[in-house]
Amino acid sequence: MIAVEAERLRLGYEQKVVFDGIDLRIAQGSVTTLIGANGCGKSTLLKAFGRLLAPLDGQVRLDGRPLRAMSTTQIARRLAILPQKPLTPAATSVRDLVMRGRHPHQSLLRPWTPDDAGIVDAALAATGLTEVADRDVNTLSGGQLQRAWVALVLAQQTPTILLDEPTTFLDLSHQLEVLRLVRRINAEQGTTIVMVLHDLSLAARFSDRLVVLHEGQVLADGTPWQVLTPQVLATAFGLEAQVIADPVTGSPLVIPLEPSAGSLASSVVRDESEQLVRLG
Amino acid sequence: MLAAVASLMLGSNLISAGQVVHALIDSAADLDAIVWGSRVPRTVLGIVVGFALGVAGAVMQGQTRNPLADPGIFGVSAGASLAVVVGVYVLRVNSPLVTSALALVGAVVASVVVFAIATAGRGLASPVPLAIAGTAVSALLGAITSFLVLTDQTTLAAYRIWVVGSLSGRNLDGTAAMVCLVAVGLVLAGLNAGSLNNLALGTELARGLGESLWRARLVGLAAITFLTAGAVSLAGPIGFIGLTAPHLARALVGGDHRRLLPASGLVGVLALLGADVIGRLIGGQAEVAVGVVLATLGGVVFVVIVRRAKLVAL
Amino acid sequence: MSGVELKARRDGIMLGPVGLPWRPRVLAATAVVAVVAALVFAGGIAAGSSGLSLPDVLAALAGVADSATSFIVTELRLPRAAAGAAVGACLGLAGALTQTFSRNPLATPDILGVTSGAAAGAVAAIVLGGGGYSVGASLLGFGIPVVAAVGGLVAAGLAYGLAWRGGVDSYRIILIGIGLTASLGGLTSYLLVRAQLTQASAASQWLVGSLSGISWASVWPMLAVLGCAVPVLITQAAGLTLGQLGDEFSVSLGLAVQRHRLIVIGVAVLLTAAAVSAAGPVGFIAFVAPQLAQRLAGTARPPLVASALTGAVVVLAADVLARSLLPGEIPVGIITAVIGAPYLIWLLIRRKDVR
Repeated sequence: MIAVEAERLRLGYEQKVVFDGIDLRIAQGSVTTLIGANGCGKSTLLKAFGRLLAPLDGQVRLDGRPLRAMSTTQIARRLAILPQKPLTPAATSVRDLVMRGRHPHQSLLRPWTPDDAGIVDAALAATGLTEVADRDVNTLSGGQLQRAWVALVLAQQTPTILLDEPTTFLDLSHQLEVLRLVRRINAEQGTTIVMVLHDLSLAARFSDRLVVLHEGQVLADGTPWQVLTPQVLATAFGLEAQVIADPVTGSPLVIPLEPSAGSLASSVVRDESEQLVRLG
Repeated sequence: MLAAVASLMLGSNLISAGQVVHALIDSAADLDAIVWGSRVPRTVLGIVVGFALGVAGAVMQGQTRNPLADPGIFGVSAGASLAVVVGVYVLRVNSPLVTSALALVGAVVASVVVFAIATAGRGLASPVPLAIAGTAVSALLGAITSFLVLTDQTTLAAYRIWVVGSLSGRNLDGTAAMVCLVAVGLVLAGLNAGSLNNLALGTELARGLGESLWRARLVGLAAITFLTAGAVSLAGPIGFIGLTAPHLARALVGGDHRRLLPASGLVGVLALLGADVIGRLIGGQAEVAVGVVLATLGGVVFVVIVRRAKLVAL
Repeated sequence: MSGVELKARRDGIMLGPVGLPWRPRVLAATAVVAVVAALVFAGGIAAGSSGLSLPDVLAALAGVADSATSFIVTELRLPRAAAGAAVGACLGLAGALTQTFSRNPLATPDILGVTSGAAAGAVAAIVLGGGGYSVGASLLGFGIPVVAAVGGLVAAGLAYGLAWRGGVDSYRIILIGIGLTASLGGLTSYLLVRAQLTQASAASQWLVGSLSGISWASVWPMLAVLGCAVPVLITQAAGLTLGQLGDEFSVSLGLAVQRHRLIVIGVAVLLTAAAVSAAGPVGFIAFVAPQLAQRLAGTARPPLVASALTGAVVVLAADVLARSLLPGEIPVGIITAVIGAPYLIWLLIRRKDVR
């Protein structure tokens, strides 16, 4: 089953077209990560999946139905998206902030129910925020605040979650914590996850599938081992790197090379990258 | 430049460019009286006041990071108005020079009070208390002014003339002091430009970049006070420029305050001289005060530009 | 057996099908302001040139007082107190709405062009009507309140329309509002300058805003608008809270942002138009009432009910002060600033963590 599907999607802003007819299918129950250099359109694509950006042409389908045919509340019950720069409201407790994730499930007579409160408690516990639940969000550390946003999205309880750089502002252990949490939700509830991440090794470690975006195209698409090759890294990031197996998890680990050492590697890379394009 | 030339030429008596130049260089005839006696001071005044208000507005919006902030909300205009009114009410002041001095004192006192209130609670990190304190103090001072004006006819008469911002009927006596004031304000604003760029990144990042919040706020607010006080003493409380010139300048040159401040000043000059010229032309002998023209036409122009421009948010 | 099932937790309560979050401080602040509002309302009826005691007032309201007392209370004092409360509530609520949707504490309904439109309309009617122009005379025929209300609504509609670019952005509509307000203000000044002295002074008086001579006829429209606003706002309250997270997050949580914004702006405009057409542009309340209420309740955005009640308190208190303490009748718009500004300043000075 396909959870999210882009069909001949044309996306862009006032003057600039970022994608001119891109197709992408996200399988239900998978963890997919979009990677690529800054400005390659990862967030743009994620926004279009989450109906935050209207396509210039083509369409996005959610669980087989065009987004356009669904009301925004219907979408909010099936798909949650954490934008990159949410505004932090003044004088709001962490619990109240996370409670806002229940909005799509609430009605006029029920701005609060014990079920909502239970779900919020669970989201706070899952993100390790129970202790600070009554503090003002403005007093949280960067890491805690980021986890509060993730908790809000979890409280939305949707079968699909889109996360735009959920690990920014986090130290390594908290990055791992959030990504482990994402994996756990995926495993326990079968939630479909689409993320944008910058750390390639972490992306490889926690994703079923990586999609590399480059110049408005899908440059490479597949399992981490299929995608993270020196050739792809050279084209997408202009980075000369070696890819080795992580001694702990066995997932690919990207080791950037020093420029002088890499000049030899790049010549090898070039004809192999042509091979890859043919494969793709 | 163009606006300045137009301002010298146009009026209820149309004077050609050649005649203007002639009169400027060579003293002769009646034209000389009009050009030197009325148009030159008026044009100079327009340039100084327009530039001061445009720059002050840009500093104010940079400091508060609020698109609705104009120099007036810092209590400067309201303080100046109240001081003028109290002067007339208590001392029956009627010399323009004393009025200007009173306006200056009122402006400075009001801005110091606003700054004290905004910083009394805790620190300078957030610009919000500054905007709120300024609005509250302005309202209070405005209320007292209205009260005095309503209870005393003489005060009303004097106040009515002063409060309609105008470039006419003001001679250059005592102007030099005010122009010096504006000049000091401009220097301070120039010094503040870099700080404003840092503040735009948020106070935390600004401090990380080595910015002292106290210094950044004090210099900026002193600049606003000097510029606005000078402009208000020269031409009365002319609104609109301080609020709108920065928005237009931001659409033109972007958000970098090193370019934004002068651009905003130039937009201010253009708007003020343009409005003054139009006011003289449409009114004939009984010319329309520049404040009125500025608001009416400037408002329309502003709406048109805002509708089209790609907005640069603060 | 009661059919109502009650479930309670520390953070909320369920009464049968109705669930409510439990916010002790907001409720307490609202209750306190409501009690103060009731007291000032009663005090407003009692105070005046012929002093009445509270029992007199209550007797008159119950219909058992002598005819003189009863006339003073029901025909003079009651409509005035009701008007004060309604003007304050309308402006306080409208201010809370504009400050919330724009996320800007300086944004009062004035920035939507309502007030300046109403003022331009009213002044045009007074000046042109008195000057014997046929257009003005026919304007005056509708009555100043109607002309003011129409002027305000047209100006606000214009602001909204001009700000529309495939949706209304809250930043753009503020800027458009600034321009429109300046333009209409300039027009009003021009009319005043060109008017004959009698009309100019009548118009100036209207522009200050006043409750004197107000009658039931101008109270009903305000109550009607308030009555319609409440149910509409109940449906929009959740959206106002979500709006604090930014447009993108609001959309992702299922808020139809454009429809929500149109409704909120529309309600704010109607409330303001009703208040301004009844009492003239009474300044400052729409700014100060939500700010006071937000600080009293310690909330993330101005609380709606408390803002309306605070507005009513400020206007009523100002009116009592104007009538009882000061010589002559000082327009209520002036006194509101004298009461509200120092209190807000005091709250600012003693604040601990205002952001």
